[in-house]
Amino acid sequence: MAERLVILLLFLFVLPASVSPVRAASAPAPVMVGSPAPAFIRPDLGGKPVSLKSFSGKVVLVDFWASWCAPCIIAMPELIGLQKKHAGKLQIIGISMDESAADAKAVAGRFAFNYPLLMGDAKFGHLYGGILGMPSAFLIGRDGRIVKILRGEAKPGELDRAIQSALGS
Amino acid sequence: MHRRAFTGSLLSVLATAPAFAQSGSAPTIPEDALIQPVVLAEILKAGNPPPLLQVGFSVMYSEAHIPGSIYAGPTGTPAGIEKLKAAVRNFDKAKPVVIYCGCCPWVRCPNVAGAYRTLTGLGFAQVQVLFIADNFGADWADKGYPTAHG
Repeated sequence: MAERLVILLLFLFVLPASVSPVRAASAPAPVMVGSPAPAFIRPDLGGKPVSLKSFSGKVVLVDFWASWCAPCIIAMPELIGLQKKHAGKLQIIGISMDESAADAKAVAGRFAFNYPLLMGDAKFGHLYGGILGMPSAFLIGRDGRIVKILRGEAKPGELDRAIQSALGS
Repeated sequence: MHRRAFTGSLLSVLATAPAFAQSGSAPTIPEDALIQPVVLAEILKAGNPPPLLQVGFSVMYSEAHIPGSIYAGPTGTPAGIEKLKAAVRNFDKAKPVVIYCGCCPWVRCPNVAGAYRTLTGLGFAQVQVLFIADNFGADWADKGYPTAHG
């Protein structure tokens, strides 16, 4: 009897969570400028764990992108340039919202990325208040709080100005 | 020389996203086939809306979608087109059907044009495409229109 109960509980609660980790069924909590950046630890495309906390003290740009998002791809050379320009003070982290890591890896192979690329999903999107369109990026100040949320295509120089402002504050 | 170099690098960048090449472009959809978010929201409010299909990406659908809409994409890919065809197999072709994506700004959407062409090609007489100027968040969810998650 007890064994059956355990199996039933397993089917009801444990298995659904383990087989569908990417679904997020409730509305996400809003993430706003001034709020602490939601923490995360995820492996990069090479399997190496990347933790937001490990970049504490630096300005961090969390960039949500996908292989099917034309403006995201077009912005990549600029992001690589910004990471190089502000090396040591800025850390860009790219979060791919692709459905398969193979699609993200195909893009990774086309550019000389100097910042880590991680796989995201709906759950990760919810963590950041819901990524309901791309490009979307979150600029995090040295104190770990969000200083700017960028939605849609950035205007020329907009990202660099925001980063410089965050570095100066 | 500079122009050639720029064109080359732009093509190289665009080549990284295979969906673009086969998607067509959202602005090629006739204007009279477009439905504005405010209009669709009113139709939903009134009840008994036409079938709704999200033809974009499953991650986006899982994050947020219009209540009652069916996922059938991404129609920027051949596999997504097949999913769309399967989803509408038993639909009445004479009645309206609404498709939407909202992954990216309208002019960059890799999905809606292919979905529109597929449905009209199948003989659907009243295909309406939700005009999402920037993205599903800005043009639908943030405006307080009905949104489901999961």
